[in-house]
Amino acid sequence: MNFKQKYVFLFPGLFVLIGILIFPIIFVVRLSLSGWNSYNGLNFIGLENYIRLFTDDPRFWESFFRLSFLSVTTVILQYVIGFALAHMVWKDIKFQRFFRVLFLIPMMTTPVIMTVIWRTFFHESLGPVNDILSNFGMSPKWLTDPVLAKVTVIIVEVWQWTPFMFLLLLAGLLSLPKEPFLAAAIDGASPIRKFLYVTFPLMAPISIGAIIIRLIEASKIMDTVYVLTSGGPGTSTETSSFYIFIKGLREFQMGYAASMSFTYLIIMIISLTVIAKVLTKLMLKD
Amino acid sequence: MKITKTCLSAIISGVLIFSPIAYADKWSDQFPHIKATGDIPGDCSYEEMSKKNYKGKTLKINTHAVPVIGQPTALHAEQFAKLTGAKVDVTHTPAGDLYAKAMVPFKAGQAPYDIVFGFSNFINDWKRYLAPVPKKYMNSTEMKDVTKSHIGVSSWDGTMYQYPVDGDRHYLKYRKDVIDNPEMQKKYKADTGKELRVPRTWKEYGEMAKYFNGWDWDGDGEKEYGSAEVMKKDDLMFAAFFSRSVAYAKNPRTPGGFFFDLETMKPNINNPGFVEALGDWVEATKYVPPGGINFGLGDEIGSFGGGQTLFSFSWDDAFIAAMQDDSPIKNKVGAAPLPGADRVWNRTSNSWENQYNQAPYIVWGWAVGVAKKSKVKDMAFDYLCFFSNGANHQADLAIGNFGVNPFKNSDFDPNIYIDTMGWDADIANSYTKTLLDMEKSKNRVFPLRVPGVFEFTSAVATGTSKALAGQLSPQEALDEVAKEWEAIVQRVGKKAVQDAYAVGVKMEDNKL
Repeated sequence: MNFKQKYVFLFPGLFVLIGILIFPIIFVVRLSLSGWNSYNGLNFIGLENYIRLFTDDPRFWESFFRLSFLSVTTVILQYVIGFALAHMVWKDIKFQRFFRVLFLIPMMTTPVIMTVIWRTFFHESLGPVNDILSNFGMSPKWLTDPVLAKVTVIIVEVWQWTPFMFLLLLAGLLSLPKEPFLAAAIDGASPIRKFLYVTFPLMAPISIGAIIIRLIEASKIMDTVYVLTSGGPGTSTETSSFYIFIKGLREFQMGYAASMSFTYLIIMIISLTVIAKVLTKLMLKD
Repeated sequence: MKITKTCLSAIISGVLIFSPIAYADKWSDQFPHIKATGDIPGDCSYEEMSKKNYKGKTLKINTHAVPVIGQPTALHAEQFAKLTGAKVDVTHTPAGDLYAKAMVPFKAGQAPYDIVFGFSNFINDWKRYLAPVPKKYMNSTEMKDVTKSHIGVSSWDGTMYQYPVDGDRHYLKYRKDVIDNPEMQKKYKADTGKELRVPRTWKEYGEMAKYFNGWDWDGDGEKEYGSAEVMKKDDLMFAAFFSRSVAYAKNPRTPGGFFFDLETMKPNINNPGFVEALGDWVEATKYVPPGGINFGLGDEIGSFGGGQTLFSFSWDDAFIAAMQDDSPIKNKVGAAPLPGADRVWNRTSNSWENQYNQAPYIVWGWAVGVAKKSKVKDMAFDYLCFFSNGANHQADLAIGNFGVNPFKNSDFDPNIYIDTMGWDADIANSYTKTLLDMEKSKNRVFPLRVPGVFEFTSAVATGTSKALAGQLSPQEALDEVAKEWEAIVQRVGKKAVQDAYAVGVKMEDNKL
C-alpha cells in the first residue's frame, strides 16, 4: 500500500473525528470567549466569562462539590452492590439466568421515564412510599428536605446504574482464570480469604475500569436531578451539569455556559486522571 | 288546532334550518370539539377556513408539551388540515425549553418552525425574529373582541408581534363550600375569634390556610391542606412570588416601576415590600400539602382541582379543572381577586403606608408568533386566527388542562359558563367579575418584558427557593437576587433594559 492510499483510508475517520469532536470543542472554546446570549451575538469579550466564573460565581463551585459528593457516593454504592450481585450470580445458583437478566432490567429502562416513576413513588402526599411509611408514623420529606433530597437522588442513580457495574464485573468474574481458585481451594482457604486474596486482586483491573467509566457517567448527572427536584429545594441538589443547563438553555447565557463547560471538562480530565492513578496504586500495589 | 300545530312546527323547522344554530351544526357534526356552540361566524370561522386551499403546503409548529396548550395546538392543527388541505407538523416541547428551541435557530438565522409558541414575556427577545401581525388580522372580527390589556401584552410599542390566543392573570381560588359554610364560619370564629371569609389580605389567607391544614374538613376520609402553590424551583415559581409581592410592593402612589426604579434602574426586588411577601411565602411552607414546596404548576392544578386544598392562586387552570364535570368539587369553588395587604411599601419615602392595598397581576400567558423567515406566513396567520376563532375559543375555555383562558371581551359574559359548562350562576358571576375587575384596575402589574428576561426570573427563582428551603433568610435571599439583577443589567446594558422596561411601566402607570 503506498502513501496516498493510506490517507484515503484515514481521511473519512479523520473527518468524522474533526466533525463530531474537535470542531465542537473548538467552537465551545470560541463561544466561551464571547458574550453570546439572547441580546448579543458571537462577540469577542476575552477572558471575561472565565474571570466571572473564578471570582464571582460561588454557585458553580458549590454545584461542583455537590456533584463530586453525589458521584463518588453513588459510584461506591454501585460498585459494592454491583460486585455483590455479580458475585452471587457468578456462582452456580438456582435461577442463575433469570437473576442475571433481572438485575439488568433497570439499565434497560429510559432514565427520564424511570425518574418520573420514582418521583411518583416518593411524592410526599400522593406517593406509595409515604403511604406505607405513614402506617409506622413516618412521612419523610423525600424531595423537599435538603439532605433527604440528595439521598433520593442517590437511590435513583444507584438503582438505575448498578446493573451497568454488575454487567462489567460479571464479565470480569467470568473471564478470571480457574487455577488461582483451585490453588486456594487446595490450600483450604475460606470463602472470605478466597475473595480477599484471590477474587478481589484479580478483579482490580476490571474494577478500576468500571469505576472510572461510571465516574465519568455519574459526573454528568442531569436527567435525574432535572426530573426529581429541579435542583431544589433551594440549590441543595443542583449539580454542575444542571447548573450549566440552566445558564445555557434556560437563561440563554451561551457564552458563559460554554466557559463553565470548558472549565468543567478540564477539571474532569485532571481529576479523573488523578483518580485513575490513585486507584491503580491502591488496588494494584502487589 | 291541527293547522295551528302544523304551521307552528313548520315555522320552528324553518327557523332551525336557516338559523345560525343549524348552520353551525354542519361543522359540529364533523368537529365534535365545538358541539356546544357550533361554528360561530367570523373571519376565521370553520366556514371561512373551509374556503382556503393550502393543499401541498406544510406548516411547522413548535408548541408546548401535551396537554397545556400542546393539546389545543394539535387539535386545531388537525382541524385546520382537514379544512384547508394543508399538512401541519406539530412538535411538542417542554415549557422550559420553548425559549431556547426557537431562539437558537433564530440567532443562527434559520426558521425551522413557521409558528413558535412561548410565553408572552419572551416578546422583547423574540420580536426581532417575528413577523408583525398583518392588518388583515388586526381588523378581523376575532381580534376586535380581544381586550385592550391583552392587545397591549401581545404588542410592543404599538406593533403586535404575538397573536393573542390566551389571557392570563393570577387570582385567588377558594373552596366555597368551606368559606361560605355557616357551620365552618361558626367553628372558625369560636376557635380563632376571627371571621371566616374570602381573605382580603395575605395575612388572613395564611391564618385560614393554617387553620384548615392537615385535617379532613370536607368529610371525604382524606386529610386536606391549606394552600396549593407553585413553589418548585424553575417551574414558574417566580410568577407565584410576584403574585404575593404585588400587594406589598405595588403602590399606586409611586409610579415609575414595580421591578426597578425606572430612572435609576436600581432593583426594587429587595425592598421591604418584597421581603414581607417572601416572609409570608416562607410561612406558607407550613400549610401546603406534604411535598408542596416541590409543586410545579401541574401539581398545583391537580392538588386544588382534586379537592386537596382550601386555597390556591395562579393561572385559571386550577379553577377550570375544579369546575370540570369530572371534578369532585365542581360548583364548590369560588374566584376572587388576589389578597391584598394592610400596608404597602412606599419606595419614594422609604416607609410603610398603613392603608389597604390590592393589585392585580396580569401575568404573562401563552403567546405565539409567526417567524419572520417563514415561507408560509399567510397560512400561519390563518392557522392562528382559526385557533382562536369564536367556536374553538369557547370550547377550549371549558377544558382546564388546555391552558386557554379568557382574553376576549365576550369571555366575560357569565352566561357562557352557565349555559355551556354547567356552572352555578353565582360562581360564573364571581369568576367573570373577578377577571373583569382586573381588566379595569388602575393598579396592575404586568410581567417583566426586558432583554434577557429569563436571567432575571431565574435569579428570582433561585433566590426565593433558597429562602423557602431555609438556606437563606428572606432579606438575604432577595439581597442576593438584587445583586444578581444589577449584574444582569450591567451585562445586558442599562440603556437597553431601561428602554424596554419603560414600555411596561407605561402600561402599569396607565399611560399606554
